[in-house]
Amino acid sequence: MTSSYEHHDYDVLIIGAGGAGLRAAIEAKQRGLKVGIITKSLLGKAHTVMAEGGMAAAMGNVSAEDNWQVHFRDTMRGGKFLNNNRMAELHAKESPDRVRELEQWGALFDRTKEGKILQRDFGGHRYARLAHVGDRTGLELIRTLQQKVVSMDTDVFMECKVLKLVHDENGRIAGCVAYWRPTGEFVTFSAKAIILATGGAGKSWKFTSNSWEGTGDGHAMALWAGAQLIDMECIQFHPTGMVWPLSVRGLLVTEGVRGDGGVLRNSEGQRFMFNYVAPMFRDETAESEEEGDKWYDDHAAGRRPPELLPRDEVARAINSEVKAGRGTPHGGVYLDIASRRTPEFIRRRLPSMYHQFMELAGVDITSEPMEIGPTCHYIMGGVKVDADSAATLVPGLFAAGECAGGMHGANRLGGNSLSDLVVFGRRAGMGAADYIESGQAATSLDMSEVEEAVQEALAPFDRTEGENPYDIQRDLQEMMQLNVGIIRTAGEIEDAITQLETFTDRVKNIAVKGGRAYNPGWNLATDLPAMLTVCKTVARGASLRKESRGGHTREDFPKADPEFAKFNFAHTTSGGNWDSEIVTVESPLLPMPDELKALLEETK
Amino acid sequence: MADVTMRIWRGDASGGDFENYSVEQNEGEVVLDVIHRIQATEAPDLACRWNCKAGKCGSCAAEINGKPRLMCMTRMDQLPEGPVTVTPMKTFPIIRDLVTDVSFNFEQAKKVPALMPPPMPEGGYIMFQEDVERGQEFRKCIECFMCQDVCHVIRDHEANKLHYSGPRFFIRYAELEMHPLDMNDRRDLVREEMGLGYCNITKCCTEVCPEHIKITDNAIIPLKERVVDAHYDPVAWLGRKIRRKTKTSAADAAVQPAP
Repeated sequence: MTSSYEHHDYDVLIIGAGGAGLRAAIEAKQRGLKVGIITKSLLGKAHTVMAEGGMAAAMGNVSAEDNWQVHFRDTMRGGKFLNNNRMAELHAKESPDRVRELEQWGALFDRTKEGKILQRDFGGHRYARLAHVGDRTGLELIRTLQQKVVSMDTDVFMECKVLKLVHDENGRIAGCVAYWRPTGEFVTFSAKAIILATGGAGKSWKFTSNSWEGTGDGHAMALWAGAQLIDMECIQFHPTGMVWPLSVRGLLVTEGVRGDGGVLRNSEGQRFMFNYVAPMFRDETAESEEEGDKWYDDHAAGRRPPELLPRDEVARAINSEVKAGRGTPHGGVYLDIASRRTPEFIRRRLPSMYHQFMELAGVDITSEPMEIGPTCHYIMGGVKVDADSAATLVPGLFAAGECAGGMHGANRLGGNSLSDLVVFGRRAGMGAADYIESGQAATSLDMSEVEEAVQEALAPFDRTEGENPYDIQRDLQEMMQLNVGIIRTAGEIEDAITQLETFTDRVKNIAVKGGRAYNPGWNLATDLPAMLTVCKTVARGASLRKESRGGHTREDFPKADPEFAKFNFAHTTSGGNWDSEIVTVESPLLPMPDELKALLEETK
Repeated sequence: MADVTMRIWRGDASGGDFENYSVEQNEGEVVLDVIHRIQATEAPDLACRWNCKAGKCGSCAAEINGKPRLMCMTRMDQLPEGPVTVTPMKTFPIIRDLVTDVSFNFEQAKKVPALMPPPMPEGGYIMFQEDVERGQEFRKCIECFMCQDVCHVIRDHEANKLHYSGPRFFIRYAELEMHPLDMNDRRDLVREEMGLGYCNITKCCTEVCPEHIKITDNAIIPLKERVVDAHYDPVAWLGRKIRRKTKTSAADAAVQPAP
């Protein structure tokens, strides 16, 4: 059987070709290793292209007062202190160098008058900190890394979907099994180390900014392989997604609109965010529209407007306004930049948004307000890793980017994702290279694991009577939106946990029509096990976390509870399969060194 | 709203034909919404490539009523009354249904000599907005490859793919040529191996660009001028023989401290 599959052999194999995967590849390549990258899509199409506003790095080009200490503090406060503090520290310290190196590889950021990289204001960041290119920063990041990777002659396996990680006889990661989407043929890979860089899991919610790819493959495969997932209940609902027309509901509207002067109003025309400033943020938030408006031009003349609070705060406020009957005709609120900035300014600073609303909604954002509402955007939870090396608990397995957990705690600040990708993508490349050099890497694939994964993937073709995978996906998205969405209660979460078992049975009864070559129905059937695994850990975490914190809001426990700030909920499986029982434990937070504690205690 | 008839090409490299689907159509929908509805109901194996559904990734290019368009940015209510015909991009080999093999483009990308910047000064490079703006226009490219699809040099003459890199890569070469930090010289390469001379500036590429990049006016024509200057100007030719070409003004600007 061994010889029946196409096979490839690498030192470092990277699953996922977004910002984290590509940056990891560059690092491993520079260490002289044989590197392969596998992506479900074409190169350059990963979800990184959707990032708009910018990448956060305390370079101090616009606000000279900025430094890594303030960035660290903002990240921890934004994350409601659930973060891995070492990750937040490394991220704040290293992101400026990661931004600058992109320019050596061809990136062209917007400039200050002095010719330095321009930085913009964003929610939760004390200073103007986001390096950007208009509102298409993610595209710039992925294209730059892609072009660098290609120039280094790296092997890229496109439209290749990994089904499962494979161990050696000693339980180390030894490779994976995948199939080519264009042909449906299976392929095996051996690797001394694997880096997961598979991105997020937002496709399991109905209203989402995530593409079809966001099915949590890396989260799930890591769990099945023996790693831990943490903070899975912490899901970011971005405050500003499009709400109309229905076909684009959930599509992202960049936070840059608010950073550049846009404000939120309810149906009565009121700037309601002033009513939702939590005590933690009162000292640094404007008390009146006049004060907030002064801040845009001169940060010393007033405090920042409440529209720029962290995303969890803004999303909850919008949700409350709509619930109170002060929403727009299509169930959102208004985001207005038209009345506050000139058409020329808007078109120059926010060209993609102008384009997107004009073409998809027939709305001219230079003359009318946008209708927006929260959309599932990002999962803070992910694979538990060592901050410095990105190593998981499984020897040979590393994780970086959105599929890794800890960096962002309970809520991610806008702009901290693109910088996370390059900081920890690089560290994962280093970690994998160090692991290989230490000489403990696996050498042989356990073929029984390969066969099992292949049989499971092919099973839907054998069923003549069975369910359409699209029906299951749609029902799952509706169920998760309803029961484990932005505001949660015990009853709904328990209902979700029960229903997820029914979904497990339904997935085991999928029947697929047609052949194996580029068959999206079959492709979806192979994504659903990962989606269910992720949803189960999200629901489990949401049930156990009896408090509200960041991207986890419980109507029945509306306040944060300090007891819950001492640990993460960590999940493992007892069997290693997608339908295995999930086991959850309390995993204590990393102790914080005194010098970092001191940074958090400084009030200003 | 009334149902609409979708005429979709189905098949693979060995051949295929149109199939008609009568589908419900809702307010504000784009072509990709309707394709997804067909997948979710009648034809779960209908192959179509897509990712972001927001006009940012360029995955869902196809030919709608004969014209290259992004399916995610083409509103159904803006198409003429009657059946809507969707076919795969013609210039690339078929994989299945609406999905084509676009590896030609990834092969071209491998041939592009990388940026060659001067060493980075302490605190980063200094570049000015007016100098980066020209390159930024070309870096808006989402690699939908519709400009490649519509370019008759390769659309109508398969053999030209051997020595023609196409509009997407002409803007890439133009971007590097105009990059304030670049010290590499790709002009002979573009002329001799990438087939810039085949382009007779019919502007078909510019017309289909979803990012509204002025491919012909701002990239191809200036690139042709630079290539001609390099090749036929005897002083420049002699200069290049004697020393490597450097873009003195921009490269110098890049390493100078901030004013």
